[in-house]
Amino acid sequence: MAKASFLIEVRNIDERFLCQEHQSLLGGIESQRSQAVQIGCRGGGCGVCKIRIISGDYETKKVSVKHVSKEQAAEGYALSCRVFPCSDMIIETVAIQILDR
Amino acid sequence: MRKGVMRPGHIQIRVLDIKEALAHYRDLLGLIEIDTDSQGRVYLKGWTEVDKFSVVLREADEAGMDFAGYKVLSDEILCSLEQELKDFGCEVESIPAGELDGCGRRVRFDSPTGHMFELYADKEQTGKWGVNNTNPEAWPRNLTGMKALRYDHCLLYGDDLDGTLKLFTEVLGFDLAEQVIDPDGNRAAQFLTCSMKAHDVAFIKHTEKGKFHHASFFLDTWEDVLRAADLISMEDVPLDIGPTRHGLTHGKTVYFFDPSGNRTEVFCGGDYHYPDHPPVTWLAEDLGKAIFYHDRQLNERFLTVLT
Repeated sequence: MAKASFLIEVRNIDERFLCQEHQSLLGGIESQRSQAVQIGCRGGGCGVCKIRIISGDYETKKVSVKHVSKEQAAEGYALSCRVFPCSDMIIETVAIQILDR
Repeated sequence: MRKGVMRPGHIQIRVLDIKEALAHYRDLLGLIEIDTDSQGRVYLKGWTEVDKFSVVLREADEAGMDFAGYKVLSDEILCSLEQELKDFGCEVESIPAGELDGCGRRVRFDSPTGHMFELYADKEQTGKWGVNNTNPEAWPRNLTGMKALRYDHCLLYGDDLDGTLKLFTEVLGFDLAEQVIDPDGNRAAQFLTCSMKAHDVAFIKHTEKGKFHHASFFLDTWEDVLRAADLISMEDVPLDIGPTRHGLTHGKTVYFFDPSGNRTEVFCGGDYHYPDHPPVTWLAEDLGKAIFYHDRQLNERFLTVLT
């Protein structure tokens, strides 16, 4: 059986890409050469691939709290390298320099 | 003027998941796992290192570097440098022997760029791993991954480069081996040494304090660097840049990321420095060539992605 793939809509820049099952959002972005977010460390440590999740089901792995605090995570902020979709999703890009620096 | 600081001795790195980190530092990089302490920190070292450990991994909620430690020649020197650090204006803390298993008393201090450093005089010596100290064979047979020889240096990003240069040269006796100068005459990067190596620690100018760019590990040959890059592809590890050569220090190198986003370098070669050598200067307008000698193009990620 073919692996499931999920359609990810990046709402604020009107862009779409596909994510395979068990692939991170950043993995999907990279494999389709999308420019939706900057590619950084790919490990949840540097914060440059930050996004905000609007809707959809997903699993996450641990990220540096410096880049996504508990409060921010509750508001849907996440690092796309550590988000693994389980359904179609709608997300937004985030201006990281405003939030972090 | 040298003041008894011998070499980089250890670095404590924060990781998000200790098990994933071990797959990187032990299985891929090829460091030897030595010990786990009562706090759950894991100690490792390159096989040629004589002291018990050089890399300490601590599981935390944030990636980055806790501190970098340097070994000094004697306890007498440790005590006199402790006083000089206080006189310089550093916040200085004495950490009792045994807080790191097998390490003597450490003198921890802050720096103008916001990084934490340590000095210590004693660490248990377990010898090179897998070879005798009498009639030693060339290398041990059962190494894994990239077979890193030793922890070599770290590169740190921070704001007050002048302050940290003063601390390392005037108090700790390092030399400025290489620098990058911008058109206004300001130093954008500084590579400092307490030995014959082109760098034992390096700093690049950045708006935030206390950022960690990479920890670097030494390999023997360019062939070993290419083989390391092969392993990075085989294991689908995030590559940063390389294999290539740096203009600065002329080391041959490849950069990649650990599973928590901390950058790792393995490299070979590089220039040497004697105390009477004037600093080597690269011009900031040629920074592309200074950092990536072949591409001669700056890579935004190399300059901005930090933990």
